[in-house]
Amino acid sequence: MERIYLDSNATTVVDPLVKQAMDPFYCQMYGNPNSLHRFGTETHPAMSIALDRMYKAIDADDEDDIIINGCATEGNNTVLKSVFMDTLAKGEPCHIITSQIEHPSVLKTCQYLEKEHGIEVTYLPVNKDGLVTLDSLKAHLVPGKTSLVSIMWANNETGLINPIKELAEYTKQNGVLFHTDAVQAVGKIPVSLKEVPADYLTFSAHKFHGPIGVGGMYIRHGNTITPLLHGGEQMGHKRAGTVNVPFVVGMGLAIELASQHLDYIDSDVRRLRNKLEDAILALPDTIVIGDRKYRTPNTILASFKGIEGEAFLWDLNQNGIAASTGSACSSEELEADATFQAMDMDNNLSHTGVRFSLSRFTTEEEIDVSIEVINKTVQRLRAISSTY
Amino acid sequence: MAKNDLLGGSLWDNYSNKVADRMDHPKYLGEISEKEAESMNARLVIADWGAESCGDAVRMYWAVDKDSEIIVKATFKSFGCGTAIASSDMMVELCLGKTVDEALQITNIDVEASLRDEPGIPAVPPQKMHCSVMAYDVIKQAAAIYKGVEKGILDDDEMVCECARVTLKTIQEVIRINDLTTVEEITDYTKAGAFCKSCIKPGGHEQKKYYLVDILKETRAQMDMEKEQKKEIPFTTRTPFQKMRLIENHFDGEIRPLLHKDGGDVEILDIAERDDLTYVSISYKGACMGCGSALTGTLSFIEQGLRENVDESIRVSVS
Repeated sequence: MERIYLDSNATTVVDPLVKQAMDPFYCQMYGNPNSLHRFGTETHPAMSIALDRMYKAIDADDEDDIIINGCATEGNNTVLKSVFMDTLAKGEPCHIITSQIEHPSVLKTCQYLEKEHGIEVTYLPVNKDGLVTLDSLKAHLVPGKTSLVSIMWANNETGLINPIKELAEYTKQNGVLFHTDAVQAVGKIPVSLKEVPADYLTFSAHKFHGPIGVGGMYIRHGNTITPLLHGGEQMGHKRAGTVNVPFVVGMGLAIELASQHLDYIDSDVRRLRNKLEDAILALPDTIVIGDRKYRTPNTILASFKGIEGEAFLWDLNQNGIAASTGSACSSEELEADATFQAMDMDNNLSHTGVRFSLSRFTTEEEIDVSIEVINKTVQRLRAISSTY
Repeated sequence: MAKNDLLGGSLWDNYSNKVADRMDHPKYLGEISEKEAESMNARLVIADWGAESCGDAVRMYWAVDKDSEIIVKATFKSFGCGTAIASSDMMVELCLGKTVDEALQITNIDVEASLRDEPGIPAVPPQKMHCSVMAYDVIKQAAAIYKGVEKGILDDDEMVCECARVTLKTIQEVIRINDLTTVEEITDYTKAGAFCKSCIKPGGHEQKKYYLVDILKETRAQMDMEKEQKKEIPFTTRTPFQKMRLIENHFDGEIRPLLHKDGGDVEILDIAERDDLTYVSISYKGACMGCGSALTGTLSFIEQGLRENVDESIRVSVS
């Protein structure tokens, strides 16, 4: 085989059915949905179907909003800054509770609001299993003072799934808004807004085999949002900008297909993931971060003693395999990923972690070849290593 | 920001072919045993630098000829990203055939330059320059072991930014000479902080002994303190000329403008020291000469101003 893709937590291949569904909206039904003439109006049925699919996939009520935007980074920014603007308008101080393991789009935005606008942010730690706990939230949430709790549903590096239901319930019982970045959960595990009383939830199409460049921001009815982008009256005045019709259509079908494949991901993808994980753990001096019972079915974050993460990636890449690392050496800014630092297992971990993330398109044959390449790579790089 | 920066090329796109080749096929990987060195009539030197927790570590082996002090064989092992491996490999190659003292002249800049495909195009992106810095440090460590001294003795000055090879002294001098007030200016003048950015502030890729933010703060504080000390030199210890000038400055700045408003003026005739007091003798001009308050209110105002703003010892009289 030519190439093997084990970086699905970064982005996924677009499902061919999704691409096919998007196709007519490029050269045939290319009208602006806000135009009054037939070119505009003929896009509405497909858009309506797409929205229905999204609402159904996350168990949203028809009275709720799902605002289509460019990505979850935009959604996360919108929620956090909207809450800040609301407290500003009320003349109240703003206190946001989040965690140390959030995606940069949440962490950097909180840091920005802290530094430039003087809000207070509490960054909850994780326990030894790498999870945010209810006890930790209880210790810091102050009714009447806390403005928002924002905790990711599943972590992008480890796949660890936070106990979102109980965190959201406790938050709501205390009259505080709750937001979750569900990017790494939607399409991998069941996500239900009837089960989980979140006020805001964000997701992104390219994590569940939809196109890069489109996402959704769920808003429970009764809640307000201050738009990040002002201008036209699209999305009920909550997000200006011409609606990207083919992308909306693509996201709608992608999320429906993802929902239909949840069982497959839970059984077959999990089995393949476990097969790879067992092979990795069979090597001496390797560990996998987080108990697999707490993780999304497709994700492995492994540490190979004596091997720096970026060097590992290079070797995998030379052998046609794509993976990822939170190693400081791999980033533009040479800073270790916040997740590695938050889990505080060992300083060395932040330089030796490698993430493998599968998808429903990953095959058994690909896993077998990957195991072989990983074994070979570990052998070569440990022979080079000065610390092994 | 420029067009080419918007898309942000991948780190790997900016590796030279030589770097890529040495990542895949290091030429000088390995260890040297005592027995092997002995068979070459050479002394074995093993030097370690870096730490796994910092993300880079290298172990270098030298076989140094006992007679000529020439490094007749050199190998390495390295924990680090691919560019650290490639840099270690090139570093070792550059040591070969040199004496220990000659090897001491090799710097990270030499290592990086040797890994370039084209002279004008860097071998690695700016963020990765620090990978070649280990070369400088581990060579010094090896030389120190060989000479039986502490590595610190071989260090000329405290290196703050190892990627650009900028010392503490240089940074301090640049701040003073150019009156710099921001870290960005330091980077513009010296290139310190332009590469892996670890030396700018704590929390970067590597832990540092000195940080630009601290050096800037401390140097500025010192500059401000020195400026302040000049002001604090007691009036009574100044030279007569300095006293004259201080008094004149006060007249020009505070007193004369007020007198001028009413068409008056004042001239300083003499400044004399007696019994720890400074006697200023003045003469009124213009409208002041016929003014009823010249010897009362105005005189008091002048004396009080001088005593408050220049020195308590001053007394003023009209002649």
